[in-house]
Amino acid sequence: MAQRAVAVIPALIVAGLVIGPVMAVIWRAGGLGALGAAEYSALWFTIWQAAVSAAISVLLAVPVARALSRRRFPGRGVLIALLGAPFILPTIVAVLGLLAVFGGNGLVNTLTGALGLPRMDIYGYHGVILAHVFFNLPLATRLILQGWLAIPAERFRLAASLDAPIGRVLERPMLARIAPGAFAVIFVICLTSFAVALTLGGGPKATTVELAIYQAFKFDFDLGKAATLALVQLALGIAAALVLLVLSPPGGFGTGLDRVIGRWGGQSRGARIMDAGWIALAALFLLTPLAMIVLAGLPGIVSLPSEVWSAALRSLWVALGATALTLALALPLATKLGELAGILGVAVSGLVLGTGLFLIVQPFVRPAEAALPVTLMVNALMALPFALRILRPELEATRADYGRLAQTLGISGWALWRIVLLPRLRRPLGFAAGLTAALSMGDLGVIALFADGEHATLPLQVYRLMGSYRMEAAQGAALLLLAMSLGLFWAMDRGGRANA
Amino acid sequence: MMGRSLVAGLLLSVSAQMVAAETPVLTVYAPDYFASEWGPGPGIEAAFEARCGCDLQYKTGELLPRILLEGERTEADVAIGFNTDITKKARDSGMFAPHGLDTSALTLPVDWNDDVFLPFNYGHTAFIYDNTKVENPPESFDALLNAPDDLRLVIQDPRSSISGLALVLWVQAVYGDKAEEVWTKLAPKIVTVTKGWSESYGLFTDGEADMVLSYTTSPAYHIVAEEDLTKSAAIFPEGHYFMVELAAKLAGTDNPELADQFMAFILTEEFQSMIPTSNWSLPAALPKEKWPEQFQQLPLPEKVLFYTEDEAAALRDTAIAAWRNALSQ
Repeated sequence: MAQRAVAVIPALIVAGLVIGPVMAVIWRAGGLGALGAAEYSALWFTIWQAAVSAAISVLLAVPVARALSRRRFPGRGVLIALLGAPFILPTIVAVLGLLAVFGGNGLVNTLTGALGLPRMDIYGYHGVILAHVFFNLPLATRLILQGWLAIPAERFRLAASLDAPIGRVLERPMLARIAPGAFAVIFVICLTSFAVALTLGGGPKATTVELAIYQAFKFDFDLGKAATLALVQLALGIAAALVLLVLSPPGGFGTGLDRVIGRWGGQSRGARIMDAGWIALAALFLLTPLAMIVLAGLPGIVSLPSEVWSAALRSLWVALGATALTLALALPLATKLGELAGILGVAVSGLVLGTGLFLIVQPFVRPAEAALPVTLMVNALMALPFALRILRPELEATRADYGRLAQTLGISGWALWRIVLLPRLRRPLGFAAGLTAALSMGDLGVIALFADGEHATLPLQVYRLMGSYRMEAAQGAALLLLAMSLGLFWAMDRGGRANA
Repeated sequence: MMGRSLVAGLLLSVSAQMVAAETPVLTVYAPDYFASEWGPGPGIEAAFEARCGCDLQYKTGELLPRILLEGERTEADVAIGFNTDITKKARDSGMFAPHGLDTSALTLPVDWNDDVFLPFNYGHTAFIYDNTKVENPPESFDALLNAPDDLRLVIQDPRSSISGLALVLWVQAVYGDKAEEVWTKLAPKIVTVTKGWSESYGLFTDGEADMVLSYTTSPAYHIVAEEDLTKSAAIFPEGHYFMVELAAKLAGTDNPELADQFMAFILTEEFQSMIPTSNWSLPAALPKEKWPEQFQQLPLPEKVLFYTEDEAAALRDTAIAAWRNALSQ
């Protein structure tokens, strides 16, 4: 019971931090606005592309995660860390990287052109899906890989000694537990997509709800409509979260001796070739655009203006602060109710959240003074659902496995966390911290209303450089951003990779 | 933790205000690009501070939404960087005061006698191309419409970008009721539509498109800053849409003298001569012979198309609908 109380307070805080600002916008607008035909078609497109993107990401992630879970090869740790990179890139950088591969002048078309094959046109619905899979396949892979790694080595040995089908007794139950959650969280991320969908969608047929919000806010100053659209987005996110809670059965595989897995099964020649193929394909798909970003950024990075470095330092502090805050919220919130509250953070429109916070803060503090704390808080809120998705399955499994033993021994409260839970959560904690830090390095968030000239973060500097024609310097700064995001992710995730 | 940093921020701001009590502060709201290290803001700040004995501080971000949200509480004394397409909303808010300046020194290609919004730079929409790659650049808007469909264009979304909005008004101004047909002809050539200008221009410099919707002055950046002569603007005899940026004084400013002084400063030669090579656009009040050499030599349209804010507000929804219908096919 005490555990539930511990979860209720942060859940209320998180819900309040998301719903409060939306309410503030509605209050300022004096009510909700009506939606027209254009908004409804944007709504359908948004739902459709999010569902397709999430489904494809999860389906492709299953064979990749299985291959990574049962193969050992040199550089595997580095590969797993690098595969996470697309998810943490600022969208504009990632889009330019993708276009360097799949665009009109990209590698693929250069290759098909040389071979006399038809050109590939990336722009269209398939471009939107491709980009969203590029962003989210890494997240899905990591979430599912965690599931595989959480099956104790002894279960595989037992299954092998009984000659039981591993797929049916171990892997499918694990997937049934992990995959719906991965689908739901990716679906919700794709709901708020805006610039990616528009750029790669090729035009107004790829209009998302977030673009409609932006238009209502920036040109029409129609806060009522913006708030209505934000509520619709929130409702969709909550619906997805509820489905996730209904669909994902509880339970785990019981305890093991924490030995590094010696795997039985999947050792046939065919399985080996197939796994190698999946890993190679995923690496090619995810890493080639990254390599193009690195190549494009190298000329600019040597002569970066000093303002970029000071912005980089500022972003670093924001990222570290956001990570601490996210973990502090995520540990008590790693329950069903907590995850429902947590998903609000990514389901809400960043623009409406920022506007609402601005309305709330502005009577008391000069907005520019609050710029960095607000950015930090919003980044923490946005990363929270991912941290929860990573932590909750393992925390619940650990409680189920060790809770009774701990109770018998009279271990409770802080001691329970220190002796039993935290050590067993090292891997998901490292992953969650790395993801949060990297996400908040790259996130432009809601700073638009709060910023003044002096508090620019690194992603904002990338946009500023692009906005003043300095494309080469912008690509250099983007490379710095990529390196810092990956560096943070790498450093924090090391715990997670220790026995991966 | 949050509370503590907010309180710390509050204390910092209080102490900053105490120090600043000796030097008056002029708060200028500006778009992000303007006040960034690579925009015209820093140079203008230094020049103005040398005259006024004050501290000019920029606050950046979405200009009009922020001022409207803040209402009476706004800290802004002056706002700089409006476009005509949103000045109607700004004017109707009643938050801006007449500048009281003599605007006869303006050198704009259109008549300007607005007593509230003061122009400080201008340009025109134009399609920019790489003259070493595009062999037969279209020489008129009609030629662009009839160009082969493998001419790849990238444009901005009129629902999220000022230049994108200027483009649909441009088409409206040239073709009127035929706008939707025009967009249907352009649709196969449009590779994609981006949220803002930066994304489009990035796609163009990366070779994703042959022509990008930008400004007549864009080649000047490449010529002056990079000594790169390969970028040109296609000039159309049908005319180009006029884009002007404006400044205005807040009615509720608590520094009216400083704000007036800044508004007057905008029309000075010192301010105006900083515009070309920091804002990469044309100065609003400087005769052509005083422009930098490279700007004087830029090909500029003879015919300039422009809708007043009332006309633009009335046409906007029609123009965007024509665009959306044709491009959604």
